[in-house]
Amino acid sequence: MSPDTELPLWAAIVTAALVLLGASLALIGTVGLLRLKTFYERVHAPTLGTTLGIGCILIGSMVYFTVLETRPVLHELLIAFYMTLTTPITLVMLVRAALYRDRYHGRNQVPDSDPPKSTLIDKDRGRD
Amino acid sequence: MSAMILHWALTAALVMLTLAMACTTVRLIRGPRAQDRVVALDAFYVSGMLLLLVFGIRSGSTLYFEAALVIGLLGFVGTVALAKFLLRGEVIE
Repeated sequence: MSPDTELPLWAAIVTAALVLLGASLALIGTVGLLRLKTFYERVHAPTLGTTLGIGCILIGSMVYFTVLETRPVLHELLIAFYMTLTTPITLVMLVRAALYRDRYHGRNQVPDSDPPKSTLIDKDRGRD
Repeated sequence: MSAMILHWALTAALVMLTLAMACTTVRLIRGPRAQDRVVALDAFYVSGMLLLLVFGIRSGSTLYFEAALVIGLLGFVGTVALAKFLLRGEVIE
C-alpha cells in the first residue's frame, strides 16, 4: 500500500488538484478527437493532453515525490522536455502526410494550397 | 485525511484516463482513413503514459516513471515511422 499517510495536507491537495486537472484535460482532448468532423480539426484536439495534461501530471508527480522523499525529485523534467520536443514534430509530419494523400486523391476538403496574395502580386510584377 | 484525498483523486484520474484511452480506441477502430488511426494511436500511447505516471504516484514508487519514459520514446519513433510510411510508401528508403 502507498506510504502516503505521513504526507502533509497541502502537498496532498496540490498533487490531487494537479493530477485531476491533467487527467481531465487528457479526457477532453480525446473526446475532441472522437467528436470533431474532419481530420484537420481532429489533429488539434489531443495536443491538449500532450502539452498541458502531461505538464500538470508531471508537476503533481514532482511535488508528491519531493515531499515524500524530502529531497528534490526532478527526473520528471526529462519526460516534459522530451514531449514538448517531439509532439510538434510528429504532428507536422502527420499533417504533411495527410495533405499529400488528400491532394493526391483529389479530395475537396483540403485546405487552400494557393500562396498568399502578396506573393502572387510580387510574382506577376517580376514577370512584367 | 491527506491519504483519503489522494486516494480518491488518483482513482478518479485513473478512471478519466481509462475513458480517454477508450475514446482513442473507438477512433482507432472507426477512423475513416489511415491518418486518423495514426493520430488516434498517438493519443492512445500518450494516455497510456499518463496512466502509468498516475499509477506510479498511487503506488508511491518511482519504478513506473522509467516505463512511462520508454513508452514516450518508442511511441514517438512509431508515430514518425507511420507518418513517413503514409507520406512515402516505405519507411527506410
